[in-house]
Amino acid sequence: MQPLLERLAAGDVLVADGAMGTMLQAEGLEPGQCPESFNLTRPQVLLEIARQYLEAGADIIQTNTFGGSPARLAMHQLADRTDGINRAAVRAVCDAVGDRAYVSGSCGPSGRILKPYGDTDPQDLYAGFRRQIECLIDAGVDCVCVETMVDLNEATLAVKAAKDASPSIPVLATMTFDATPRGFYTIMGVSVEAAAGGLADAGADVVGSNCGNGIERMVEIAGQFHEHSRLPLIIQSNAGLPQMQDGKPVYRETPEFMADRARALIEVGVSIIGGCCGTTPQHIRALRRMVDASGRR
Amino acid sequence: MDLLEQISEQLISGEDEQVGKLTRQAIDQRLPAQDILDRGLIAGMNVVGARFKAHEIFLPEVLLAARAMYAGMDQLKPLLIEEGIPPIGKIVLGSVQGDLHDIGKNLVGIMLKGAGFEVIDLGNDVAPERFVDAAQKEGASVIGMSALLTTTMPMMKNVADLVKQRGLSGKVKTIVGGAPVSAEYAAEIGADAYGFDAANAVDRVKSLVNVA
Repeated sequence: MQPLLERLAAGDVLVADGAMGTMLQAEGLEPGQCPESFNLTRPQVLLEIARQYLEAGADIIQTNTFGGSPARLAMHQLADRTDGINRAAVRAVCDAVGDRAYVSGSCGPSGRILKPYGDTDPQDLYAGFRRQIECLIDAGVDCVCVETMVDLNEATLAVKAAKDASPSIPVLATMTFDATPRGFYTIMGVSVEAAAGGLADAGADVVGSNCGNGIERMVEIAGQFHEHSRLPLIIQSNAGLPQMQDGKPVYRETPEFMADRARALIEVGVSIIGGCCGTTPQHIRALRRMVDASGRR
Repeated sequence: MDLLEQISEQLISGEDEQVGKLTRQAIDQRLPAQDILDRGLIAGMNVVGARFKAHEIFLPEVLLAARAMYAGMDQLKPLLIEEGIPPIGKIVLGSVQGDLHDIGKNLVGIMLKGAGFEVIDLGNDVAPERFVDAAQKEGASVIGMSALLTTTMPMMKNVADLVKQRGLSGKVKTIVGGAPVSAEYAAEIGADAYGFDAANAVDRVKSLVNVA
């Protein structure tokens, strides 16, 4: 397979996969259960999810390791299983996709708050990310995706941990912004401009945003990234904020709606387009069709 | 600027040592405890809450201000107890069973304390029985529940149902909040109120306990 960054440099637009959590729930993930526990107990479920996204047309498939840092796993008393949990997740995706898609090692927030606002030392967070990411790289991921970050300092630590673990591994880094009357900020007060600059300085190869308030907001965020960054951009939007229907959450944005609005992402120069919460293989299939029709694959 | 305004200013800037020191000074000068609380600490947290609501400041500034408020409260608490000044209300707070997210819940707790409430924080992953048991044991008039996951939201209904089953309707009110929660959902499960953010939650809790 051609290296990921070469394809992006050539101007190709790639499709990433969609949500993991909602797919795991459909497979019986209980409220409060550690999603990454499936990596040890039911890896065949992960293989099947990866296969569905591959079949839908994703070029990049993520591992089920969003909460795979030791700090996060510690909330479920699973910190001592960090290595096995991360390695098993990579193995499952590799088994499912072979070399038909890039395997992206997901690395989400630790759930801790850094000093002086919280109680966590930066070197402890760094060490945790480093341990997780070394497992991901060693098990064979093609890139690392630091995602859903709201604290730029934490994101920076994770990006650095990845680059220190392997200077040649492509690192994708995305943050999650809220729409405020004064513009887009993370809850920790990071603007798109600050994120674009800070993530690039830390060594990220691809920057952007994930989750958020729906695809239309994401188009605005992507425009701001384009303004403040020269790196390739990645956008993984959720399918809108969930609304309740008969006591069950429903994500309103349909595959067609999302793909239609996502066309504007290509126009502002986004290189990787995928989904987040509430998106399904159908959303990814629609994005695939849109990207193919754009002639930029 | 008088001493209480200084406390308020330093709290807004998140200077915990200064707030602790100035609060001590105010106590030594025999200023009424109620004034130190209302015009110093609570006045400062009100400004912090309003600025956070207006997105002028973000979580880091709120966390620092909260720490400064606690530094002041540490000094003031013995005096409040001595003078028999009650909190304006008592609330049991927690993230519902299965939910390990607590940033939003903590923020609500900070704001409620900043508004003069006594907050019994049960942490996260709180079972329905624990919410209701704690409210009964502590004599709290409000149960506040947070959920960040659509999968854990239904637990809020279990708590609201349990309050009714135990015949506590009207005595113990329930308020819900969190990213996936809405006013419609609150109504659907029979909760008494919904707070769309931390500052709004404080307003709603105040009206639940009839404090203007």
